[in-house]
Amino acid sequence: MLSQIVAVVGVNMRSIRQRLGSSTVAVIGIAGVVVVFLGVLSIGEGFTAAMASVGDPRTVMVMRAGSDTEMTSGLSGDDARLIMDTPGIERNERGPVASPELFVIVGHPTKKDPSDANVPLRGVSAEALGVRPEVKIIEGRMFTPGTNEIVVGRAASRQFAGLTVGSSAKWGQNKWTVVGIFEAHGNAAESEIWSDAKVLQPAYQRGNSYQSVYVRLPTVEGFQAFKDALTANPQLSVTAIREPEYFAAQSQVLNQIITTIGFLIAGLMGIGAVFGAVNTMYTAVASRTREIATLRALGFGSFPVVFSVLSEAALLSVIGGLIGGIAAWAAFDGYQTSTMNFQSFSQIAFAFAVTPRLLGMALAYSLVMGLVGGMLPAFRAARLPVVTALREL
Amino acid sequence: MKYLHIVWRNLMRRKIRTIFTLLSIFVAFLLFGYLMAVRTAFGMGVDLAGADRLMVLNKISIIMPLPGSYTDKVRAIEGVKEVTHANWFGGYYQETKNQFANMAVEGESWLRMYPEFVVPEDQKKAWLADRQGAIIGADTMKRFHWKVGDRIPLQATIFRRPDRSAWEFNISGVYDSPVKGTDKTQLFFHYEYLNEVLKSTRFGNQVGWLVIRVDDPAQSPAIAKKIDQMFANSPTETKTDSEKAFVAGWAKQIGNISLITQLIAAAAIFMMLLVTANTMAQSIRERTSELAVLKTLGFGDGRVLGMVLLESCFLAMLGGLSGLGLAWFLVTWGGDPTGAFLPAFYLPVPDVMVGVILVLALGFAAGAVPAFQAGRLRIVDALRRN
Repeated sequence: MLSQIVAVVGVNMRSIRQRLGSSTVAVIGIAGVVVVFLGVLSIGEGFTAAMASVGDPRTVMVMRAGSDTEMTSGLSGDDARLIMDTPGIERNERGPVASPELFVIVGHPTKKDPSDANVPLRGVSAEALGVRPEVKIIEGRMFTPGTNEIVVGRAASRQFAGLTVGSSAKWGQNKWTVVGIFEAHGNAAESEIWSDAKVLQPAYQRGNSYQSVYVRLPTVEGFQAFKDALTANPQLSVTAIREPEYFAAQSQVLNQIITTIGFLIAGLMGIGAVFGAVNTMYTAVASRTREIATLRALGFGSFPVVFSVLSEAALLSVIGGLIGGIAAWAAFDGYQTSTMNFQSFSQIAFAFAVTPRLLGMALAYSLVMGLVGGMLPAFRAARLPVVTALREL
Repeated sequence: MKYLHIVWRNLMRRKIRTIFTLLSIFVAFLLFGYLMAVRTAFGMGVDLAGADRLMVLNKISIIMPLPGSYTDKVRAIEGVKEVTHANWFGGYYQETKNQFANMAVEGESWLRMYPEFVVPEDQKKAWLADRQGAIIGADTMKRFHWKVGDRIPLQATIFRRPDRSAWEFNISGVYDSPVKGTDKTQLFFHYEYLNEVLKSTRFGNQVGWLVIRVDDPAQSPAIAKKIDQMFANSPTETKTDSEKAFVAGWAKQIGNISLITQLIAAAAIFMMLLVTANTMAQSIRERTSELAVLKTLGFGDGRVLGMVLLESCFLAMLGGLSGLGLAWFLVTWGGDPTGAFLPAFYLPVPDVMVGVILVLALGFAAGAVPAFQAGRLRIVDALRRN
């Protein structure tokens, strides 16, 4: 049996060359599906990575109760003070490691397009870097508190026009000078511009109010105790959420849209490619009718014949999947773009990510397409009545 | 047409192959139709934007309000026919995931500004008379199973009531629209109702943005400039743009969806072109001797060429048009695949036309090479083969 399988598969593979035209069609078809599949899903993957990659579980965001985004939250200066005095926050020589922050958006043109995009502008306090250990100034320096200086995230600097160290920007009546660029392992913070919260408050008529307080906990497990302490304070009506969970929730809407549409498109194209593969394998079987009948007459069983057709289909589809995967990876991986984060109406920069997980999914999908496409022709080959088949041209 | 019979018999010669080729073309154009609807939806109704409407926003960004007094100042400008204003409310119904567009507006002028929102006269009257009344789009009414007369609570995200209770609205009426693609998910309520609570806060007497209608659309750029100049160097500067430019700018911020969908559609159609061309080439190869017989009987080169082309176009039309048809059906009756994020989800007629042209182009391109080969066949060679 095994030797039969090996022999028939061998014959099959060696004769692919004679059916190069239609085999190429099947390979290109499947490669096309894989490229589109990866192209669409790598958007979602990249966006999720930007939103969730390095949120730190020891960093907690405190917002007004009922707010699910900083945009709609609001805390008075007193609230912020009370939150910072809550027990359970890590302390250093300057006091609690916590940063009350303000989040607004400003209209600023992108490099590609002169019309305004919504850029997030965050007013931060002295401990901003303390609550975000992943953030590092990579060019220039941190802004001096009390001045109209800003630092710009690496992705924002790449995406938007004229945001390099030394340049200045004017939003409304306020002029700002860029003094530094920071990076944050590629996560959402890199899409932001930071200034001193105390300078931003009057510029945006915010009085002494904030939108969130970021706090650093000594341990990950300290979260529950800190949360309970906040709840126990009758003067506060706030909600606390770990940074990674917040970011994951933020990316949910877009991810849902992309995944739904992505799978729909890839699914439909996959069906098209399966039909292409069916045609190709039918042709392959049809052109070898006599050969297969001869094998059967010589005593080869029908299983090795089925197996050989299926393995040809599998081979072609895997080749297609690999070509498509490599093409998609070369074309899309790392491609920089930005989109609107629906929850905060502001731009977030991210890079398309063709991850190993996606590549694995794509290869598996192409294999499924090949096997489904090969199924019918394989059974047809196995069921051919030997006598009539031998007579066929 | 008289050759249709022979074309049909030729296609039926290998039924399975024909069916699978048909299905591939079918799927490609189903996808094409669907993608065009997605593209339109992400365009956010830019094609529907009123040519004579301008939007006045705070120059800093859309989240910053304008003083309510700007309404009258802008109304005084020559060439401005009508002014109305709106505030983004950002409320949700029961759960945060039930978000939809809800705005506080100045009722009468708002409905005059947007004639595409059609409200029955009696409901309109009821709304204008009820301070807590709301007019809601037909799609949202359906989504939450509301009916006219219901009292509904909305949780505020931006504008809290002092006691933190929900804002309650009476559903006075439903707006619908004869214009395809109009956003029928919004809720409009009276600005007075909102401002009553906000008056004492820093949000009081401020509006989100102004919408104005001009007498002559050709004057729009000049009027926009005049408005912005009027408020230049004041604490609240403005940015005035046509509604079209505003919607386009907003859509662009989501990303170049248009390009992405076109690339995908192109990839799908190219794939199917290969499949169809391959099928045609094969079927002509199989029929070489028959074509030779036809020629012997006196069919000219051109006629043979035409017959082969007809066959591939027929195949493309059959698969492609039914694919476009199903896409139209799915988009129209299936609606928005994401639930509620894409209100303008429909298949525009020009895109259907492009689809039909692509179907024909596919038929010609797939049949071209085999048709030429068939047309140029020399009878003697062809008969000798096999």
